[in-house]
Amino acid sequence: MRRVVVTGLGMVSPLGNGVETTWSNILAGKSGAKRPTGFETDDLACRVACQLPLGDGTNGTFNPDDVLPVKEQRKIDPFIVYAIAAADEALADANWKPESYEDQIVSGVMIGSGIGGLLGIEKAAYDLQEKGPRRISPFFIPGRLINLASGYVSIRHGLKGPNHAVVTACSTGAHAIGDAARLIALGDADVMVAGGTESPIGRLALAGFAACRALSTNFNDTPEKASRPYDKDRDGFVMGEGAGVVVLEEYEHAKARGAKIYAEVIGYGMSGDAYHITAPSEDGDGAFRCMSAAMKRAGITPDQIDYVNAHGTSTPLGDEIELRAIERLVGDAADGLTMSSTKSAVGHLLGAAGAVEAIFSILAIRDQIAPATLNLDNPSVDTKIDLVPHTPKKMDIKVVLSNSFGFGGTNASLILRAVD
Amino acid sequence: MSDIAERVKKIVIEHLGVDAEKVTDTASFIDDLGADSLDTVELVMAFEEEFGTEIPDDAAETIQTVGDAVSFLTKAAS
Repeated sequence: MRRVVVTGLGMVSPLGNGVETTWSNILAGKSGAKRPTGFETDDLACRVACQLPLGDGTNGTFNPDDVLPVKEQRKIDPFIVYAIAAADEALADANWKPESYEDQIVSGVMIGSGIGGLLGIEKAAYDLQEKGPRRISPFFIPGRLINLASGYVSIRHGLKGPNHAVVTACSTGAHAIGDAARLIALGDADVMVAGGTESPIGRLALAGFAACRALSTNFNDTPEKASRPYDKDRDGFVMGEGAGVVVLEEYEHAKARGAKIYAEVIGYGMSGDAYHITAPSEDGDGAFRCMSAAMKRAGITPDQIDYVNAHGTSTPLGDEIELRAIERLVGDAADGLTMSSTKSAVGHLLGAAGAVEAIFSILAIRDQIAPATLNLDNPSVDTKIDLVPHTPKKMDIKVVLSNSFGFGGTNASLILRAVD
Repeated sequence: MSDIAERVKKIVIEHLGVDAEKVTDTASFIDDLGADSLDTVELVMAFEEEFGTEIPDDAAETIQTVGDAVSFLTKAAS
């Protein structure tokens, strides 16, 4: 199979517009969690979320008007706007502007989302009820469909290769990058714009995830403390929004055009829990097999993994199950392993989580630093793995494992390696 | 300019994001103002909402220009 490397990064996150803004805020130990604005929150059980810092585009704020005219924004849900912004940044970073037909047909898009246009669906349901079917816009359907993120990005940049979208809940971003890398490895494309995007934050999603008992509810008055993976007081995840997009490229293709190479995608594993719709299997079997498959594909041994960017959502059950599965995977190498959850800083971006976390993993390799797990005051378990509490850790990082696990029992692991 | 024409032009400017001077009576939504077929469906919906009237699909198909919309809505109002 052909080798696949990462040549461009793009992101909009609760810690800012753009990859470098977000990353510097993460390394500075900032949290994106606040009381959400824009809708009524008084009657919600969870009153904490990580929303994008909207603004005029200066000081790291995100200004959607810089991405699309207001007239176009009105037609689509924010998850598509975020995907376009992240893809613009990633393609510019990769310096890939396919203009010839030959370049366009080997360049594809695979950007997924966990939920898609929930906000627009909620609003249209009210319109249907109050005003009737003739008031439903012709843009209602195309502006809500999950694969329209890939559609808009392909139209904007002339990407005529494979056009696909992943929908695997909180594993979406990791599956999209893994599947897109496979398409390149197998020769279906030379370049893929891949990642995940999500814009769920509103009353409906906060009520729905709270009903699943997945969200934190004990930290409504101290939002920045709410996302605390592995800590004994953790009580659920904090919802985030945004998008992460990478440009994946066949190694020789990238070398031939002198592209900057961030890392190589050396391993990708998948598994299903076949256990429960929202809870992870208690023995961690799904997570273990998923990571094992990625390691086998990468052809590495456990001691070669330097850093793990964990799924680590801050739920009471999930964090420890993942931790135990990793301990089982690496065995004696747990002693030298470093693992953290950046969800402690940006929250859980659902379908975008795996993509932004793959980017954090790549930046950990680039800058030789493991980001911290914020709010980890008192770990709930004993482990030999360094969970990087509170402050980032300078260290040698060559190989990184990034995990994502989703509702439905769907698991994805990516392994990335520095390219010499 | 009639009140109806004013209101039609305001809707067109807002929905299609075009400059006011381009929105002349003879301007075609698709050929001159950059609309696609879905934009024209949404424009007709906006006219219906603004003027509290229903524009049947066969009539909507004949509304190709700003002037077409003004004359249809003027007739509907009388």
